[in-house]
Amino acid sequence: MQIYFPIAEISLNIFLVLGMGGGVGFLSGLFGVGGGFLMTPLLIFIGVPPAVAVATEANQIVAASVSGVIAHWRRSNVDIKMGLILVIGGFAGSTVGSFLFKLLREMGQIDLVISLSFVLFLGVVGSLMVVESVRLIMRSRKGGYRKKAHQHYWAHGLPFKMRFQRSKLYISIIPPILVGFFVGLLAAIMGVGGGFIMIPAMIYLLGMPTSVVVGTSLFQIIFVTANVTFFHSINTQTVDVVLAVLLLAGAVIGAQFGARVSGMLRGEQLRALLGVIVLAVCAKLIVDLIFEPEDLFSIGRAIAE
Amino acid sequence: MNRPAFFLALGLAATAVLPATAQSLVADMSESSISITSNFTGKDILLFGAVDEPSDVVVVVQGPREELVVRRKAKVSGIWMNRRSVTFQGVPAYYAVASNRPLEGIASQTVRAQFRMGGAFLDFAVAASTRHLAGAELLEFREAILRNKRRDLLYFDVENSVQFRERLFRTSIVFPASAPEGDYTVTTYLLRDGRVVAEQSTPLQIRKAGIERMIFDLANQRPALYGIIAILIALASGWVAAAAFRRA
Repeated sequence: MQIYFPIAEISLNIFLVLGMGGGVGFLSGLFGVGGGFLMTPLLIFIGVPPAVAVATEANQIVAASVSGVIAHWRRSNVDIKMGLILVIGGFAGSTVGSFLFKLLREMGQIDLVISLSFVLFLGVVGSLMVVESVRLIMRSRKGGYRKKAHQHYWAHGLPFKMRFQRSKLYISIIPPILVGFFVGLLAAIMGVGGGFIMIPAMIYLLGMPTSVVVGTSLFQIIFVTANVTFFHSINTQTVDVVLAVLLLAGAVIGAQFGARVSGMLRGEQLRALLGVIVLAVCAKLIVDLIFEPEDLFSIGRAIAE
Repeated sequence: MNRPAFFLALGLAATAVLPATAQSLVADMSESSISITSNFTGKDILLFGAVDEPSDVVVVVQGPREELVVRRKAKVSGIWMNRRSVTFQGVPAYYAVASNRPLEGIASQTVRAQFRMGGAFLDFAVAASTRHLAGAELLEFREAILRNKRRDLLYFDVENSVQFRERLFRTSIVFPASAPEGDYTVTTYLLRDGRVVAEQSTPLQIRKAGIERMIFDLANQRPALYGIIAILIALASGWVAAAAFRRA
């Protein structure tokens, strides 16, 4: 059954869209990740215009993060104060990102920038995941576990310090604002929540306790992706709500199954598997960039300024 | 409706339409407007008509004019990226030509060019801002329009697709799902000995309708409101999803 998407202006099989939502939702439930970094490239692969894929996926992540944050909220695993500081940076970053996006689109380079950003981040994150989990698997076979000693974070020396009770931190607000800004920029250009950057940054850069990072990350993602949705709607009219709702419907169901299956598998193996999936998507993007296209010429409706 | 019955009905209709006035060509379409609704996957429209004596029929369909950017990729440090671009104006978003036999046999190149019978005769103007190319290089960009449009099924040259049965003819015009909305013109030319002796133009509208129309208009006319609604829908559905699976 085909369905016509009013903003993407293409007709796609409804089961393909639901299935993709379900598949990526399953992976996100399985691995506890957002899934935006897989969904946006997949949407592009099936023929959704890249700009529409990014903006629509940002809209879908708003919904996914709301359902994700609720459980963390109940267990009070959300550092609201830190979340709001990150949101300040995130708003700035995603607003700038959205205007940059509009500019790149008018220059005809947005598709390239989206692909390159994905290649870079998927490549780095995927490789780290595979290396890290292989090391963990080897180590657990040998037995024994090394733990890092106390760390002093460079963030401790900066001005504008603030106390974050929930995270048991007293640090400058400059690093969180910068992290928020950077992740906001990625959200606007790549249509991702940015959890894969945010969570490591929270742990290693800000020194937040692991118990609150996921909840706080989801909390700020809601605001940042909502901001991305808003500005892409205004600047480029590329948010397709019909597509977002269908993806979401599939993703919600998929995530439930994924969460159940994840209990049956071991952490390191899961992470290695996710790393391989991420690298596969990355490889496909690289192939499309470096192989000579069938037709060097492409056409597109001129965008009125 | 089977074919003989169809032509019979058409013949009756045709005789009813032109009793005394010796009109040499009469044509009509099965529909004069196409609605893009959520189940839109493209549409075939039947064009039919009658002629007064054996002749050639050429049907030319042109979609709304658009400004089109043609970009050429070049390899830059290992990756293919868009480098040169030329903007063309007045490019029909859709173009189709159908005829009862190869166009070369129907009319001379001059006549075909005059009536735009064939994609090669379409005239695209280069936008002032991008007039930096000329000659063969510019021609490459022009040809890229035809090639890309054909690949997207938006340009057609279908010879032998107009079928005659006595004085009655019919052909079907295919509109893919990607046919943009706007005003189309369907022109039927009647040719005899290589000259156009009669022509008839009929407008055809393609419009988004129903919910598709509503969403598209909201997104383009009230983008801020659209953005807020999109966010609210996402917040609500995220909430509902969490609630639905809480106990599951």
